[in-house]
Amino acid sequence: MSGTMQSRENVALEIRGLRIDVAESGADIVDEVDLTIRRGEVLGLVGESGSGKTTIGLAVLGHARRGVAIHGGTVRIGDRDLNGLDAKELRSVRGKLVSYVPQDPGTALNPALRIGKQILEVLETHGFGANQAEREARVVEVLSEVMLPGVPEFLRRYPHQLSGGQQQRVGLAMAFACRPAVIVLDEPTTGLDVSTQTHVLQTIRDLAARHGVAALYVTHDLAVVATLADQVAVMYAGRVVEQGSTADIFANPAHPYTRYLVAAAPEMDGDRQMVGLVGRAPSPGKRPVGCAFALRCELATEECVAEFPGVTDVGTDRPHQVRCVHAFGVPDRTALRVASTARVVRESEVALSIRHVDAGYSGTNVVHDVSFDIQRGECVALVGESGSGKSTLSRSIGGLHREWTGEIVLDGAPLEKSSRNRPVAQRLSIQYVFQNPYSSLHPRRSVADSIARPLAIAGVDARDAAIEVDRMLERVSLSSAYGSRYPDQLSGGERQRVAIARALVSKPHMLICDEVTSALDVLVQAAIIELLVDLQRDLGLAMLFVTHNLPLVRSIAQRVAVMSDGKIVELGDTAETLQHPREEYTKRLLADTPVIPTFSNN
Amino acid sequence: MAGAPYWGASATAASSTFMGIFKLIVRRVLLGVVTLLVVSFAVFALTNLLGDPVHRMLGRGALPEVVKAKRAELGLDRPFFTRYFEWLKGLMTGDPGNSFSNGSPVMDIVGDRIKNSLFLMFVASMVSIPLSLFIGARAALRRDKTFDRVTSNQMLIFAAMPEFVVGAFLTVLLATNVWHVFPATSRIRPGQPPWSDWKGVILPAITLTLAVTPHVSRTMRAAMIEVLESDYVEMARLKGLPERAVLWRHAFPNAVGPTLQVIALNIAYLAGGVVVVESLFNYRGIGIALRDAIPVANAPIVQFIAMFIATIYVVCNLLADLGAILVTPRLRTRLQ
Amino acid sequence: MSAEKPAGVWRSSLRLWRTRIGIALVLLLVGVAIVGPWVAKFSPSEFAGTPNTRHVPGTWLGTDYLGQDVVSRFLHGGRSILWMASVSTLLGFVFGAAIGLIAAYNRGRLDDVLMRGMDILLAFPQLLLALVALTTIGPEPWLIITIVAFTTMPRIARITRGAAVPVVERDFIGAAEALGESRFRIITKELLPNVTGPLLVEANLRLTYSIATIAGLGFLGFAAEVNAADWGQMVQENRTALTVAPWGTLLPAFAIALLTVGTGLIADGVSRTVAGVDRGRPDA
Ligand code: SF4
Repeated sequence: MSGTMQSRENVALEIRGLRIDVAESGADIVDEVDLTIRRGEVLGLVGESGSGKTTIGLAVLGHARRGVAIHGGTVRIGDRDLNGLDAKELRSVRGKLVSYVPQDPGTALNPALRIGKQILEVLETHGFGANQAEREARVVEVLSEVMLPGVPEFLRRYPHQLSGGQQQRVGLAMAFACRPAVIVLDEPTTGLDVSTQTHVLQTIRDLAARHGVAALYVTHDLAVVATLADQVAVMYAGRVVEQGSTADIFANPAHPYTRYLVAAAPEMDGDRQMVGLVGRAPSPGKRPVGCAFALRCELATEECVAEFPGVTDVGTDRPHQVRCVHAFGVPDRTALRVASTARVVRESEVALSIRHVDAGYSGTNVVHDVSFDIQRGECVALVGESGSGKSTLSRSIGGLHREWTGEIVLDGAPLEKSSRNRPVAQRLSIQYVFQNPYSSLHPRRSVADSIARPLAIAGVDARDAAIEVDRMLERVSLSSAYGSRYPDQLSGGERQRVAIARALVSKPHMLICDEVTSALDVLVQAAIIELLVDLQRDLGLAMLFVTHNLPLVRSIAQRVAVMSDGKIVELGDTAETLQHPREEYTKRLLADTPVIPTFSNN
Repeated sequence: MAGAPYWGASATAASSTFMGIFKLIVRRVLLGVVTLLVVSFAVFALTNLLGDPVHRMLGRGALPEVVKAKRAELGLDRPFFTRYFEWLKGLMTGDPGNSFSNGSPVMDIVGDRIKNSLFLMFVASMVSIPLSLFIGARAALRRDKTFDRVTSNQMLIFAAMPEFVVGAFLTVLLATNVWHVFPATSRIRPGQPPWSDWKGVILPAITLTLAVTPHVSRTMRAAMIEVLESDYVEMARLKGLPERAVLWRHAFPNAVGPTLQVIALNIAYLAGGVVVVESLFNYRGIGIALRDAIPVANAPIVQFIAMFIATIYVVCNLLADLGAILVTPRLRTRLQ
Repeated sequence: MSAEKPAGVWRSSLRLWRTRIGIALVLLLVGVAIVGPWVAKFSPSEFAGTPNTRHVPGTWLGTDYLGQDVVSRFLHGGRSILWMASVSTLLGFVFGAAIGLIAAYNRGRLDDVLMRGMDILLAFPQLLLALVALTTIGPEPWLIITIVAFTTMPRIARITRGAAVPVVERDFIGAAEALGESRFRIITKELLPNVTGPLLVEANLRLTYSIATIAGLGFLGFAAEVNAADWGQMVQENRTALTVAPWGTLLPAFAIALLTVGTGLIADGVSRTVAGVDRGRPDA
């Protein structure tokens, strides 16, 4: 839907009217997609899981997964329309003219082939260079471009002998090997630690700019897009609902959905609460004729549901296109952000005290001499990269990990290592919420039964328990009708609410939240954080909030403990620590964490 | 700092895992040896329960002195454990003892039969392994298409029916009532190689092939489907590789690993399955030897055949483990 | 939104034609085995006419090698196979599943010991030991059942453990542990309900093999009751007379084939259902 007015010069990728269907039912996965990327430009394609962004990314290579069919439209690279090519022609284009960087290089690299061979075979297939010697030289060259050593010893490695960051660099090398015109990157930094992510993003930006490659960067992470992309396209339920320059999208989000997205993104500075949004996007086959966002939109009117809104350009000097009936009627995004309510008054009473804890696996320690307290009514965030030992520590407190020494004291009484050896009252007063709500609920047990289980252990009789369960469901903003449902009938956010209800039903003093939002989309994440903040305040809970997501900490914790290599390197007031970190490690972590920069509101 | 080369240092500590994988192999071998020892004891104890062969040989009216002499001659008068350990020692030094019925060395009687049975197993494996790899791979590629549906239903039926029923149907179909192309029974004469009556090998071989092919092809199909749906096969396609390279370089090698285990299990199964099939077709192998030896309590023969089958099983499993290590770089690189 | 319990694997598998055909076949043969002895014209060892004759007055499909009525023996010959196969499978299933679940949940040393034990059992030349034991002790039903149960158990244990290990790793098990639930309760209430699918498949497969094994023992001359009719034994007895009196072999062979194919079809139907069942993953 972009730029007929603009010069077509330098356009590397042009998508027009792309529609992709579920092959069997013909339901649209994405429809009416128009995108344009120029040489050397990065377009960030943003959307929640299920919005169809990966489907579009693959369609740029003329590929549709099993059960999915490209229905119509054009995908033009240079002077070729990929949708008009047969299988053989497509093969000659893939990897050469347009290439792909997968989400998880750990599974996308062939475990049985040496990485040198995996890069070389792209060059061989497409007849790069005049002879084998040139191709081998190119392998070394492209490896150095992605900052990997091109030495034989490295080329002979298998994927499993590389770190996650190295694997992703090999993925990049494969993609850049033939010097393509267009490159599709599908959330290439998802599984990586922030420092590695920063390096990989830097490499992507440099290579795209240096070689004039047009990059389509598919992601759910607004902060990454804000730092990397020149243009942004926002997807909702299979349509591009807003696109424009990165500055415009972040400074003046025009579509209500985008506005929510921006408002839900955690921020490192400022003292605003994140705002979430309930509900979920309709899936293919269940989409309305009108605006798919109408059910969740506060501005929705009759007009919105009558037919799908057309394109409105709200840009002043450059295109900024929105598919919303009330595109001009959207208030400033900051209005959505609620100033954080007065924080909980921290009581001086200690709820949990961790003293000289070492923990590890079969003799190897991953947590070294950790000591800190959590007051009643206080939330302490435990932040660290993967392998920092934060999970081991939290699992030790929860009684799930037994190999530790030292002392953990809850309400004045020391905790046994295994939860099974702890007295019932103690077990119930320390509760754990897990990272992945798709795995933490018994799939064959109803929601009510799952929530009622701690009460049964506490010896509450069934009738009182049922009342309590209903009350708890209301408390986490699910109606009591949810009680009879089963986990597979719930969305990720709803499941996490159930898990929280189960944790809180026994009125614990201490709640451990282990990466509870990392499996969720950003709007859902914000809503869960809102809920946790409310609950913590109302119930006076002590909370340990474990996360790798530094900006998130700002919205929930009063104090933050930064963990690295099994040690607490810094512990202090959240705002203070994030703004004026004392330790080198914290400074580096903060520097590597992508944040949405302030875009001037022109 | 972003400009500095990113020389990752992880995963280079491969040499320390060398001992791990070496230990693994030693452990597997030891486990195999322990298994064989347990089996040998069970076999020896059970065959001793078969009853006293002396009475059967000499008849009920035999004089006690004669019986005693015979028992001494066969070594049956010594304590159980002495005999067990002697037998075990014999087995390991290649002397499994002498037949009770005529005193000739077990190897003279069974050697031939083992060759015949091994030949039958060899023929069945040589047909069924490539066949089932082919069927499995093709069914995975043509998933839910006609070839897949037809073969998977056929395989299901063959997998369910016992060999002797399949063999009986084959006999009706190919050897007696319907057509008469192959003999219903095999006639290998003593001292002759099994291929001297090659027509007689065909029906037993087909029966065994039909017993084994479904399992291997099903495993291959499942492994292949998993591999075809993997990210790296999608990636190979997105790199523009020709379909040939996608299948043979990227998919097939990764599907064979998991299938090896099942192939080994099935070869081991063949070693047991021959007993029934040989009996059905009167094929002169260990099955027939066993059938003749059990009723007369000819323990040395039964013991030797039992140990033969158990050994095949253990060796096949060991080879499958080693094979899996060889075709899986994740395991193999630790060996270097 | 419906608030039904996710339909059990078994019930959803009934939607597949292969499962229904399988059940029909099994019911048919179970019916024959149960009702057969009452409707049979002759007793199993009654002389009906000239041996090995295709057309004998008073018989449908002729006589066998001893001049007994083929149809009557067929009607009598299913019971022993069916009940012994069912009981031995059930025994092997119960012990195997228990061992598999315990191994999967406890991991570590207990897992090692249990599963290595199962491996050793698997390495036994079982058919052979069965032959020796049956020759020594005699073809007693309890012995046949024990032997077949012992061949079933390690396989069920392996499958159960394999299916349970990924479940053990899911967080709801951790949630139950954090609540301090007992091991027994975790194994029976948290673990077991989540492996029923693969277990059901394996149970049906094992039943198929138990039937085949017991019929095979009959074929090798180890039917539980020597003079009574037994489908496996009938194939053995009459196969030399295939050309003149084929039904003595064919009728029991068909019975065994249909029965095993029936249980095989059920196993396949269930396994297809299990493969398609929602694993609780979000659609990407
Ligand atoms: S079109 Fe209407 S419903 Fe859709 S986003 Fe705009 S205002 Fe909301």
